[in-house]
Amino acid sequence: MAVGQNVLRKEGYEKLTGAARYVDDITLEGMLFGKTLRSRIPRGRIKTINFDPGYDWSRLVIADYRDIPGENYVALIENDQPLLAETEIRHFEEPILLIAAESKREAETAMRHISIEYEESPPLLTIEEALNCDEIIYGSDNIFKSFLIARGDVDEGFKQADHIITGEYRVPHQEQLYIETQGMIAIPGKDSLTVMGSMQCPYYVHKAIKQLFNLNDEQAIVIQTTTGGGFGGKEEYPSMIAAHAALLAHKAGRPVKMIYDRAEDIAATPKRHPGIIRHRTGVMTDGRLAASEIDIVFDGGAYATLSSVVLSRGAIHAQGPYRCDNVRITARAVATNTPPNGAFRGFGAPQVTFAYEMQMEKIAAELGVDPLDLRRINMLREGDITVTGQRLNWSVGSEDVLNAAVERSSFVEKRRAISPTDNGSKRRGVGLSLFFHGAGFTGSGEAKMKARAGVEITPEGRARVLSGSTEIGQGTRTIFCQIVAGELGVHYDDVEIEEPDTSRVPDSGPTVASRTCMVVGRVVQLAARDAKEKLLRFVAERFGEADVELIDGWFTAGEKRLEGFGETARAYIDLYGNLRAYACYANPPGVEWDDDTYTGDAYPVFSYGAEVAEVEVDMDTYEVTALKITTAQDIGRAIHPALAAGQIEGGTLQAVGYGLFEELVWERGRVLNNRMTNYIIPTSLDAPEMETIIVEKEYPHGPFGAKGVGELPMDGAAPAIASAIFNATGAFVTEIPITPERLLKVLENMS
Amino acid sequence: MIYAPTAVAPTSLDEVYELLSERGGRAKIIAGGTDLMVALNAESLNAKEFIDIWRLNELRGIDDEGETIRIGALTTYTQLIKSPLILSSVPALVEASRTIGAIQIQNRGTIGGNIVNASPAGDSLPVLAAFDAEVEIGSIRGVRRIDFNQFYIGYRQTVMDADEILLAIRMRKLNPNEQSFFFKVGTRRAQAISKIVTAVKIGITGAEINFINIALGSVAPTVIRAKLTESLLTNAPLDTTIIERARRTISQEIAPITDVRSTEHYRRTVAGNALAKILRRLM
Amino acid sequence: MKISFQINGVDREVDAPPMKRLLDVLREDLRLTGTKEGCGEGECGACSVIVNGEVINSCLAPICQMQGVTVLTVEGLSRDGRLDSLQQAFLECGAAQCGICTPGMLISARSLLNTNSHPTRDEIKEAIAGNLCRCTGYIKIIDAIEQAALTSQATPRA
Repeated sequence: MAVGQNVLRKEGYEKLTGAARYVDDITLEGMLFGKTLRSRIPRGRIKTINFDPGYDWSRLVIADYRDIPGENYVALIENDQPLLAETEIRHFEEPILLIAAESKREAETAMRHISIEYEESPPLLTIEEALNCDEIIYGSDNIFKSFLIARGDVDEGFKQADHIITGEYRVPHQEQLYIETQGMIAIPGKDSLTVMGSMQCPYYVHKAIKQLFNLNDEQAIVIQTTTGGGFGGKEEYPSMIAAHAALLAHKAGRPVKMIYDRAEDIAATPKRHPGIIRHRTGVMTDGRLAASEIDIVFDGGAYATLSSVVLSRGAIHAQGPYRCDNVRITARAVATNTPPNGAFRGFGAPQVTFAYEMQMEKIAAELGVDPLDLRRINMLREGDITVTGQRLNWSVGSEDVLNAAVERSSFVEKRRAISPTDNGSKRRGVGLSLFFHGAGFTGSGEAKMKARAGVEITPEGRARVLSGSTEIGQGTRTIFCQIVAGELGVHYDDVEIEEPDTSRVPDSGPTVASRTCMVVGRVVQLAARDAKEKLLRFVAERFGEADVELIDGWFTAGEKRLEGFGETARAYIDLYGNLRAYACYANPPGVEWDDDTYTGDAYPVFSYGAEVAEVEVDMDTYEVTALKITTAQDIGRAIHPALAAGQIEGGTLQAVGYGLFEELVWERGRVLNNRMTNYIIPTSLDAPEMETIIVEKEYPHGPFGAKGVGELPMDGAAPAIASAIFNATGAFVTEIPITPERLLKVLENMS
Repeated sequence: MIYAPTAVAPTSLDEVYELLSERGGRAKIIAGGTDLMVALNAESLNAKEFIDIWRLNELRGIDDEGETIRIGALTTYTQLIKSPLILSSVPALVEASRTIGAIQIQNRGTIGGNIVNASPAGDSLPVLAAFDAEVEIGSIRGVRRIDFNQFYIGYRQTVMDADEILLAIRMRKLNPNEQSFFFKVGTRRAQAISKIVTAVKIGITGAEINFINIALGSVAPTVIRAKLTESLLTNAPLDTTIIERARRTISQEIAPITDVRSTEHYRRTVAGNALAKILRRLM
Repeated sequence: MKISFQINGVDREVDAPPMKRLLDVLREDLRLTGTKEGCGEGECGACSVIVNGEVINSCLAPICQMQGVTVLTVEGLSRDGRLDSLQQAFLECGAAQCGICTPGMLISARSLLNTNSHPTRDEIKEAIAGNLCRCTGYIKIIDAIEQAALTSQATPRA
């Protein structure tokens, strides 16, 4: 049975031999290279665009907004973001012109012969400036979206509380830094347009291209090439670069490749939303939470893009995996004149998790309650109700993960061993975090999406998965084949998966939101089940047997072996021509959400995690070394334990980066450190040892019990590390990343 | 019109001198390329002509000259790290080389390149400054030797003329009563530009400091020596009081800036802490 | 400029502008696209190749300096389509996720095992410190290199 086994990655051989083709590895006949001319101001208007009259422009293809056949916007939620600026500029790096040439160098040289005159306006660059409304750059109040989540009676709750504790927490931008930069190739056809490239969501790109080029479903073809990392950074942005390449290809009548160099990629593409999160918590002396007021403000950047959804997830997770009957959460996403922010693994949850876990740490310290006890007293358990009024009916692994992480790491013993009077130049500390992450789209998202996937039987006698979900390193291709193998009862090697090409696979929804295994995997499983039933009926008739089963690649009736899967499949195809079974996602019974009141089942199920971080603080340099992280994560069921562990390990290190290293430095709306040399992610020498415990509290409606794993690991490391630093030094740092500079300041303020 | 620079690869030093006397102002010398190629890729380099000296073995070699060591300009960091001679006689240079980039950079980056690139953050430079190294420069007009601590005259500016090439660096070996230290704080544990980098060479008998050379990088437009702090410590007894005074003096003596990597305050504070830590080790 | 050198055991000749990067000569002139560009500045190591026995960043090496050298790229690791011990270990341990850093990682690992057949975990971390990975957290990469060291004979040095 393939499920639960560490089978070999489906596309592993290609990746290990250098044979895997990423978009920049592909060269086509007659292909041009495209570049983007971008705004050099954060806000204002274009006055003139001047082309150097001495330059030979005949060798180049130049496109601007007037060349767009459809309407000038990139389809997403609000459709407010233009593909190319017309006259108004809302952020530094806003795309204005596209240039295609025979080579990258030639395009870059040409760009230096174009000058743009601007008329500048005062930009809004921070959350505070946006809220102050000295300038209005969106709507009437610079607010893209706001949410209110309320439960019980907070005022009453605060009255009852023995203590009230407030805290303000700040979280920064974070750059996804996939090692393969954004890239696309567009190929114009007679009545079609094909784009291929690095992406997470072929159907998002498809939707955008159709609108921009007035094409129907069949005329627009989108293909994902082997993608070198996404982490959310290739959720929505690929639509923009694909359409840019396509516009040049459309105008030139030739294929166009666009590959961003690292500096452009960091400077211009969406980042994690920075935010300010304020907590006001009423607690009883014994540690019970009595009332909780939380205010969240996220900086959405210049256009709405995905801010409303990031904000929504942030708001829903803001109270953490803790019971509180009286809660009031206010959340706003504001507009600033910075490049629009977007999806990055966690999608609002890492931000609010840092805040709520640091708030719990603060409460524990002020009350004199042990931080572990505080979690135990308040954590959500099966049957409890969340802030949106959701009853947690199944698969609640909060206590299991907490116990597992605490025990494996010897948290209690290690805490006891930390001496408060330690004055050494290196101080050790241990910190804890407890967190959760809703799997799938928020609220009615999955119900509306109706993700579709299929399983077909091939003439060669194999099973083939049909799904628009993409492989971006997390193992989609592998686990889908495992699920089908497991459901059908055949060998993993007899299952293959179709390329993510919109002309060949159905729309399973985007590869985001920790939904690929739990939601789409489930649909794939149901499609496989349907295909299996058809084959079983076929074999029963063929052999005149009742009670046919398919086990381990063989059709059997009781003790009798009837026929091998391959043979049966070929026979079926010979007779009927094809066998394709599709299924569609529907929420489990009882799962309901009200968009108007924002109450109900926010997600079909949550995944849970607990993390213990051990750090060493150098008191001469204020550098924090993350020595070891022990984490237990409840993911329902590990379809592939090593892939699941890989997700946890990788996500945890990204979260270590979020907590200690990664910071964008801005000047007037422009990123100053847009190179790998000065945007700092951890190397192998910076990475902690990790111990990962997979907890499996099976989710009855996921494939073989699985729920989501992709984003949960991003949520816990930053607060666990900050808590460990607090334990080691007494410095309670409320802003990340905790760089040595920041830690020094906090330590100095303490004395 | 399209940028396609030329390169010529001289096979002897005389040939280099000729080339430099003709085109020294225009042509850029390239060795391992770990700095120049970054600029070329980023299109921030104006040079159209390169003089490729990578095969010029005359500039290689680590020579034991008795009391001094002569290190050829094309010596890579890997060669320095693997040299038993360097390890025994100027160990701080091995420590510094280990912190530069990672193995890929160490295999191609050269000490000569580090010197002429003249970055204020060059990691080997404080070691050379602390050791009062001597730079050997050649041209068609002959060879001259310059005190390393007189080599830089401003941000990324050296005393070299356009027709000159760096030949070697010369350093005195550590005497038995001398020790060297190297300390770098980078943005991470590898592939890191320093926020602050320091090297100390000290002669100590019993508990008294005979002399101390303290050099710092990333705190000024060039590598510097902390002369005031050196004065304070020279001929002083090594005790906790003087260490505290030294910490404060060096923090105030330097004038670092706040930039994309770090802050002025951090650099001042950690410069002091680093020196204090080094001195405490000697007590 | 005409440059002749040996790539993965095969003698090749290219005619390229002297300052063209070795990375681009491999990918464009020789169509060996296994070696990747991640940053163009020697930070990420995705472009790592072994030249005359030493691992370097090919994005920082001009082709004019490559006359007569021997180069090993990821394409040269497997023989007759069979994965070498490192590649096999990577596959079994799950050390490749998105795969973009993998060629560079394999090359750095190969370079390490060529000179140190029994590296400690710390030595492994040091050897791959110039190869950035965003997917794995490095854990399974280090595991794989450890495993390969235990089970293999190093292939002859390039």
